Amino acid sequence: MDREQARREALRQKTKTPMPMQDPAVRIRNFSVVELGYTPELAFQESQRCIQCKDPRCVPYCPVEIDIRAMMDAVQAGDYETAYRIVTRSNLFPAISGRVCPQENQCEMVCVRGIKGEPVGIGYVEKFLADWAREHGVRPDADRPAWNGKRIAVVGSGPAGMSASADLARLGYKVTMYEALHRPGGVLIYGIPEFRLPKAIVDYEIGNLRELGVEIVLNTLVGRTITMDELIQQNDAIFIGTGAGLPYFMNIPGEQLSGVYSANEYLTRANLMEARAFPEVPTPIHMGKIVGVVGGGNVAMDAARVAKRLGAERVDVIYRRTKGEMPARVDEIHHAEEEGIEFLFLHAPVAIHGDENGWVREVEMIRMELGEPDDSGRRRPVVVPDSNFRREYDILIMAIGQGPNPLLAKLTPYLKTNKWGQLIVDPTTLALDGHAAPSAAAASPDIPILCAGGDIIGSQAGSGGTVIAAMGHGKIAARTIHELLADRPPKMTAPQESPAA
Amino acid sequence: MDCTLNGKNYAILRRRDLTPGGDGIVEFVVSAPLIARHARAGQFVIVRTDEHGERIPLTIAAYDPAEGTIHLIFQMVGHSTRRMGELRPGDSILDILGPLGTPIEVRRHAGPVVCIGGGVGIAPIWPKVRELFELGNEVITIIGARSKHLLILEEELRGISTVLHVTTDDGTYGRKGFVTDVLHEVLEARGEAIAEVIAVGPLPMMEAVVKEMAGKSFRDTYEPSLEYDPRRTPLIVSLNPIMVDGTGMCGGCRVNIWNPTRGEYEARFSCVDGPAFDGYAVDFAVLTRRNRQYIQQEKVVTEHGSGAGQERSA
Repeated sequence: MDREQARREALRQKTKTPMPMQDPAVRIRNFSVVELGYTPELAFQESQRCIQCKDPRCVPYCPVEIDIRAMMDAVQAGDYETAYRIVTRSNLFPAISGRVCPQENQCEMVCVRGIKGEPVGIGYVEKFLADWAREHGVRPDADRPAWNGKRIAVVGSGPAGMSASADLARLGYKVTMYEALHRPGGVLIYGIPEFRLPKAIVDYEIGNLRELGVEIVLNTLVGRTITMDELIQQNDAIFIGTGAGLPYFMNIPGEQLSGVYSANEYLTRANLMEARAFPEVPTPIHMGKIVGVVGGGNVAMDAARVAKRLGAERVDVIYRRTKGEMPARVDEIHHAEEEGIEFLFLHAPVAIHGDENGWVREVEMIRMELGEPDDSGRRRPVVVPDSNFRREYDILIMAIGQGPNPLLAKLTPYLKTNKWGQLIVDPTTLALDGHAAPSAAAASPDIPILCAGGDIIGSQAGSGGTVIAAMGHGKIAARTIHELLADRPPKMTAPQESPAA
Repeated sequence: MDCTLNGKNYAILRRRDLTPGGDGIVEFVVSAPLIARHARAGQFVIVRTDEHGERIPLTIAAYDPAEGTIHLIFQMVGHSTRRMGELRPGDSILDILGPLGTPIEVRRHAGPVVCIGGGVGIAPIWPKVRELFELGNEVITIIGARSKHLLILEEELRGISTVLHVTTDDGTYGRKGFVTDVLHEVLEARGEAIAEVIAVGPLPMMEAVVKEMAGKSFRDTYEPSLEYDPRRTPLIVSLNPIMVDGTGMCGGCRVNIWNPTRGEYEARFSCVDGPAFDGYAVDFAVLTRRNRQYIQQEKVVTEHGSGAGQERSA
């Protein structure tokens, strides 16, 4: 089919070209990817639905600044390599963002094709390009200017740190990224399950980061293995992206019972530690026959779907509001429903009851109803009096959210935090409060340049809580660091031993 | 140096077999300059020996910033520690993360400090005894093991203790009995003067120390929520819950610690808030139960031959 004919047909096509999927009945027994991805033909077809707006609304809504229209234009011409290079010019990690980005709240939310029908499947096309390039050995442009003599330390190797590292390396900095765990990628590795984001793909895109000269130092907990002061001495600027490393519990009776997990622990065991392969690998996990997951976000969906794949007969998601208020990606909710996950909306646990050996046996819940909207604009759940009842579970997973990792701030007194424990940043530049806000940095060359992004700053920069928001923060901070360092000479001119040597 | 190639950093320089046998206790001296430079008494590391391996928490038994080394002491009790026990000088440990946990506060006290170590828990008290002794404290050290051949670090501790007491359960060496028997006598003799007690060992041993310090017999129960009394002689214990990441991220190592001000138990993360806690405030019953969560899996995995279930530190 030639381009003109494809285009005419695509303009009439009101819905997205369907994504080939693994059958739910099959996929609940494996950890392979759920969305199989577009073929070149499907991506070509979907791209033709883009009408190449003169003033595209999607582009300003992309946190990582992809020139979506140009990308679509190249795909419409069947030039996937060019399209991939357009994407990776601003976002080095399209295989990751194409899979986990909530496009429905971003580019696709404002797509004009979405006015009468479904928006263009921008995420699907992005994912296709990344996978196509990987399979065809097409690498992003690794061209970068010669080293400008300046060093940057990036604390945390998750999405925020990866994105900051990529942009800073491309600006000519020598970047060292520090990771506490034994594998880089942060939440992409420990949190998001294989069937949504294969670890091999994360490794591959981190490999592209290494191609840019970024050094990754593992097993290094900044604050403990090496201090902030040491990093400040050795580097011209520092980006902090230490993430949401603090699991919240509900503080209800029974949370110390055996079989109560934080989602962080459950997912870390299943993903990073590969406990899904137990006993082939030695890290264990409790599979659970009847699993309850408390929460309504992506982490809750991930935990529920992992439990299903580990063989649970029944998995309930227990959420105190309704489906409409769930913060999870629409696709993930849909996939969870297809997989037979049950949803107890307008329910909240009040106590966990154990058996004689201290194992979870029942969860006591109350029913809720929606009242007036709260600060977030969502209607506040209100307790229905005397609605307590008990339901049987043998595993309960708390996925009610995570707080910013408190450790670095606790060990570094001059890092200021707000009441939520987030590092306080200038919302525009992401420079840390009191540390190289633009005017202060210009005034005194002795003030270290510190920026932060990702879940450690929450929503201070407007958006937050998602992989793509963190990647967007990394880009903003990279720009700030570059501007602030423009007038400063490099700190250390002599060749330096790697700090971990 | 490309630090992304794991393992290069953590060469095993020396090895000592502290006790004989297949379940023996082994000491490694490992090259880990950054950890050696930043480590303090009471901290630990998490190690992994192979690509799909478990993360195993181990106390830093000693550290030498000048040599850039740390000492790790572990008992070969499960698959993962047995695999580690197969390593020899010249081999490397794949991953070591640390130093983790909050160091214990070591200072000069007016009265004597009692340091108690049981079994492989003698290793964690070693750096505490050394730092306390170097600050000029009178250090009364009590170590115990089931039997003579399981006793470790006696010579090391003798040189840095004012007095060293040794017990074995079966009387094959030192005094027959438990560390708490000696503690009982020390309390009778020096009671009021004692500035602080530090105890590390198996949970039943630490719980017995708490009861002894609370003026109870071994068979009595002690409930922090009912009997917590801040006027008692300060007592520090070092806990060994199941943990995964060691950085406060998973919450698996949460322990119930009594908060006398708020009048309730608080879940504290042993990996970042601990591993040292006020012994009188620890809910040992819950910790003992939580540490048994993977008993079944340990059996499965041992039969399967791949691993040891969930390893715990000393």
